[in-house]
Amino acid sequence: MNLEVVGITVLWTFLYGYLIVASIDFGAGFFSYYSYRTRKEHVIQNIIKRYLSPVWEVTNVFLIFFIVGIVGFFPDTAYYYGTALLVPGSVAIILLAIRGSYYAFNTYGIKSREIYAFLYGATGLLIPASLSTVLTISEGGYIEIQNGKILFQYNKLFLSLYSWSVVLLAIVSVLYISAMFLTFYAAKANDLPALEIVRRWALIWSAPTIFCSLIVFYSINLHNPGHYQHITDLSWMFACSFLFFLAAVYFVWKKKNYGLSFICVMVQFAFAFYGYGASHLPYLLYPYLSMYEHFTNQSMAVALIIAFLTGLLLLIPSLFLLMKLFLFNIRYVRGQMHPKGE
Amino acid sequence: MFANDPVIYSRALMSLTFVFHIIFATIGVGIPVLIALAEWMGICRNDPHYTLMARRWTRGYVITVAVGVVSGTALGLQINLLWPNFMRIAGQAIGLPMFMEIFAFFFEAIFLGIYMYTWDRFKPKIHFLFIIPVVIGASCSALFITLVNSFMNAPQGFEIVDGIIGNVQPLKAMFTPASPTKVSHVLVSAYLTSAFIIAGSAAYALLKGKHHIYYKKVLNMTLFAAFVFAIATFLIGDLSGKYLAKYQPEKLAAGEWHFETMSHAPLIVGGILTETHEVKYGWKIPFALSVLAHGNPKSEVKGLNDFPADEIPPLWIHYTFDAMVGIGGYLTSIPLLFVLAFWFRKGNPYNKLLLAAIVIGGPLAMFAIEYGWIYAEVGRQPWILRGYMKTQQGATTSEHVGLLFVVFLALYVILGISCLRVLVKMFKNNTPEDELKLQNKESALK
Ligand code: HDD
Ligand code: HEM
Ligand code: HEM
Repeated sequence: MNLEVVGITVLWTFLYGYLIVASIDFGAGFFSYYSYRTRKEHVIQNIIKRYLSPVWEVTNVFLIFFIVGIVGFFPDTAYYYGTALLVPGSVAIILLAIRGSYYAFNTYGIKSREIYAFLYGATGLLIPASLSTVLTISEGGYIEIQNGKILFQYNKLFLSLYSWSVVLLAIVSVLYISAMFLTFYAAKANDLPALEIVRRWALIWSAPTIFCSLIVFYSINLHNPGHYQHITDLSWMFACSFLFFLAAVYFVWKKKNYGLSFICVMVQFAFAFYGYGASHLPYLLYPYLSMYEHFTNQSMAVALIIAFLTGLLLLIPSLFLLMKLFLFNIRYVRGQMHPKGE
Repeated sequence: MFANDPVIYSRALMSLTFVFHIIFATIGVGIPVLIALAEWMGICRNDPHYTLMARRWTRGYVITVAVGVVSGTALGLQINLLWPNFMRIAGQAIGLPMFMEIFAFFFEAIFLGIYMYTWDRFKPKIHFLFIIPVVIGASCSALFITLVNSFMNAPQGFEIVDGIIGNVQPLKAMFTPASPTKVSHVLVSAYLTSAFIIAGSAAYALLKGKHHIYYKKVLNMTLFAAFVFAIATFLIGDLSGKYLAKYQPEKLAAGEWHFETMSHAPLIVGGILTETHEVKYGWKIPFALSVLAHGNPKSEVKGLNDFPADEIPPLWIHYTFDAMVGIGGYLTSIPLLFVLAFWFRKGNPYNKLLLAAIVIGGPLAMFAIEYGWIYAEVGRQPWILRGYMKTQQGATTSEHVGLLFVVFLALYVILGISCLRVLVKMFKNNTPEDELKLQNKESALK
């Protein structure tokens, strides 16, 4: 494998990590607000809190990793995307800021208020929507270069079927992934009333995920036929993704193997996400940025990869410890330990 | 022209986010050190008061971390969104430390989660071990980002041929002549500021008539620490001046209103600059600038007249330099008085006047941080990459930056106020006296 491929694979893997952990978090925000409105909060608030409190900050680092990493490996992305993303990027920053800080104020600080819960729930859906526009823009067609100046066409973005279908898919997937995870977590915690509720959410949001993916395929074909061609070349990956989807839903339907079911969800999204990524290459921004022409210099690339491997040596044991203490520790998950430790 | 100039707005927005982030970043770097110190004292002396300090500070700390994380995320995005031209060149040379910083964040975030939620799951000595990665992670994130900033001040480790960057040596770019003084000054001043902020809050409680021994223990510990950090900040600040004299003489000269190159140069404090570059009402300390620059009263210091007129930084940074150094003097003498009174048992270290001076020291220290950064960053102007790229060339061409400035200003004001309110409420509703009573009750039950 050449360095370019190593670089993009590393980055894509972290974005995949963000997709999973952030979806759990975003969706949990929405469900938590929903349960608040339907007066079921006492049933599920506990499991949501117990999982989220120790890990929310780690989630954010996945995103930063991707941003810093992509500019490190492909410095020209800053130039092309910088202009285009100024407004949508700033919207995402503001939403992330509101969400992160009010979550912390609410959880560690003073008693909860409905307005915090609302902000937490609403941003949970708006952030994936605004972040997903990056993928839309990367398909090309929304950026024009005139006299060396980059122009971004907002109206085109707002009027395109493709861009709205991606937003829809992002939101639905977030709810699906999150509900599937909460099902697994509630089962592990042996919290039957909560399990009852989140299992139903998981089933409700499963079919729309597939339906929205189909719309996205359809509109990609309209928007960028060349890319669609690459997707069909990789159709086996999307077929695998679908099979794992069926397996995951089957287990939840039959009320068994919740752990395995969530692993199936992760594999389902891995196939779809890497399949989409692979079909997108070599372009990072169609047709201006390609990963071969706009790679950083050799010595920096080698340095970054060495730093990455060293970093992983530290990171993997630490993440493992975190999961062991909070995710796979039965006593903690069941709430037999006081979560605040105080 | 001004009304719609993306460069001006980009600078304004970037400065705004920095000025906000640096408050939380400074706390983020310094507080873990003090938490570690308190927990360690608690273990050594078997004194629950110190352990309680560590617990209480951790609870406040997570709140400020949250704001640090979100403002830092904003910075990470804005740096790319507002300076796309700069990042595409500099990214080639300086990607490495930025990338490593993220691992430091990961490390810190993971262990902070563990530390916070495992007080009762491990024995004290084991639990103490979990704060160490937090301390290391926080200080390393400051280390790496400051290395990036050092590179902007003293770029090296690459060549530019026909506008294309080549022959990059990542390690040489990462460790520049600016790094040693910059990194150490930033770290120590963050420790100093954090110690003073905590000392200030304890002094405030004592002033308000609380007299629990807990507050006095907090005050003793943090002020002794502040004393050590203040002296270190002072010494390293002096070394930073020597670095500037050698590598960025225009920054030093602009900060000191030093126009003619000469030996036996005086240091000017305060004053007003006339149109003809004469200093009025200032206080001249003979030879002091020569000492700051080279450690020798006879040495020669380069003046601003030796630089092209369009490469001279704004002259108002003189005041921010004076303010930083002035506050530095204050922050050294107050702990000194306290420590002297404590050791020689002369006078009362807890007298009202001294306590009030300590309370003021907390916010002053934070102002010193801001002034220091403004001096360092504005003093680099007009360069964004000294000697290679001017700030003008680095900026975005987008036309929406003005609106964004207003939006972000509102965001930071709201976040800042909410954060302060949450912290005040949190510590007021749950006083150390109450917590200690509760602890005693629990241990009586056992
Ligand atoms: C509590 C904060 C604080 C205090 C008391 C001081 N400083 Fe400072 N100073 C900083 C906080 C700071 C800083 C915020 O950390 C800066 C900004 C950029 C940097 O590298 O550190 C800085 C920068 C800075 C620079 C510019 C370095 C550069 O641009 O590379 C110089 C020359 C000094 N300082 C010198 C001093 C001196 C002689 C002090 C005497 C007491 C002093 N500082 C006290
Ligand atoms: C280490 C932490 C840093 C702090 C606390 C800091 C602080 C500041 C401050 C206070 C300003 C305002 C200057 C002004 O008003 O003109 C500024 C400007 C700026 N900084 Fe830094 N800076 C840091 C590092 C960096 C880094 C790492 C970068 C880029 C990679 C950067 C890029 C800029 C730019 C582009 C400006 C705008 C120039 C201008 O305002 O004239 N800074 N920074
Ligand atoms: C002296 C200057 C700076 C210091 C000491 C500093 C330190 C920190 C610290 C300690 C945090 C984590 C908050 C916490 O967990 O406690 C943080 C967050 C962050 N900082 Fe800064 N920072 C500085 C300047 C900058 C600059 C110039 C940038 C932009 C390039 C930046 C980017 C970030 C980012 C992206 C985060 C969020 C990371 C996350 O999601 O956890 N910082 N910073």
